[in-house]
Amino acid sequence: MAESGKIDPMHQFAIEPLFGTDHLSLGGFNIAFTNSALYMVAAAVVLWIFVVGGMKRELVPGRWQMAVEYMTGFIKSLLIANVGEGGKKYIPYVFSLFMFILLANLLGLLPLGLFGLHPFTFTSHFTATGVLAILSFSIVLAVGFYKHGLHFFSLFVPHGTPLPMIPVIFPIELVSFLVRPFSLGLRLFVAMTAGHVLLKVLAGFVINSANAGVGYGLTVGSASFILMIGISALEVLVAVIQAYVFALLTSVYLNDAENLH
Amino acid sequence: MPQIAQIAETYASQIFWMLLTFGFVFFVIGLGMVPKVQATADARDAKITGDLDAAKAAFARADEAEADYRARDAENRAAVQATLARAKAEAAKVAEGQLAAADAEIASRIGAAEARIQAASQAAMAEIETVAAEAARDMVARISGVQASDEAARNAVKAALAHG
Repeated sequence: MAESGKIDPMHQFAIEPLFGTDHLSLGGFNIAFTNSALYMVAAAVVLWIFVVGGMKRELVPGRWQMAVEYMTGFIKSLLIANVGEGGKKYIPYVFSLFMFILLANLLGLLPLGLFGLHPFTFTSHFTATGVLAILSFSIVLAVGFYKHGLHFFSLFVPHGTPLPMIPVIFPIELVSFLVRPFSLGLRLFVAMTAGHVLLKVLAGFVINSANAGVGYGLTVGSASFILMIGISALEVLVAVIQAYVFALLTSVYLNDAENLH
Repeated sequence: MPQIAQIAETYASQIFWMLLTFGFVFFVIGLGMVPKVQATADARDAKITGDLDAAKAAFARADEAEADYRARDAENRAAVQATLARAKAEAAKVAEGQLAAADAEIASRIGAAEARIQAASQAAMAEIETVAAEAARDMVARISGVQASDEAARNAVKAALAHG
């Protein structure tokens, strides 16, 4: 969007192939290395660096080791609270999920625009969040059917349902269960998209009002700017909360698979 | 909205890189590193609980030792007190014996002394009789010129002394 004076708040979500990999393909599918892929790699690398710092395995931990152990301990207590002792085996998965989403959200919020770079939040794309949601849902299905076999379908008939109600309750419960991967993926995508759009719209207000004149700049522009500061802080909070919600819901669903009702 | 507008040309790339990066995160970090971090934290927790238990046990042992010490202390005190009482009783008995012996000796000495005094006073009395009889004979001779016999004078003196 090169039109002067016009700021497109959606442009930040545009995916662009990088390093001339436009036509990179695998089995007929285009797998160009895009700015989105770059941020996925960045999130993975930052997470790797973070966890490597906690691998000193000292009895008396340093600050970094303490921070890493705090995060794993946090996921462990989340799983124990929601799934019970049997939930400990999901620590690697839920930790990966939580930290990957958290870093993706936070890296996308970095003010890299100041250095001429284009920050990108791949969690604002449902093609990315959908993969994670389907992955979580598949694990729930696999664990549920592996542990309980066809008895897993009793999940859709809550305890104490009167017999004549079962034909009605069962489809409702089934639909609400099948909607889970969509709600899981869309919630993250919508939250991240909305926050980034809001920030860009307000930033557009600041720039356009300042261009329109000193009076507009001082009134509309400064008010928008102050609002942006608050909303930026809120977005950091949302970044953490959405990662937490994703991990929390995954562990709640895992509880259904592990323990039924 | 690029998320929807670009979906046809980007979905494959998005899914591919997502699976690749999240696969790396899950297999290398989640499965490879997180269990080690967690094991370190668990080992530390176990060590802390173990140390606390050991400290608790040591406390209990110390309490036990103190109770034991107190019991033995009380026992020793009682034994010492008994010995002391016995010694006191013995000493009292010995002192009593010595006192009785001393009393007896003192009494015998007093008896002897009294006897000596008695003898001395009798001797003195006899002396006085002789002297008095002598004096009475002299007085009789001077007044009447009669030589009173020694026996008569002595009898007279005795009668006078007896009457006071």
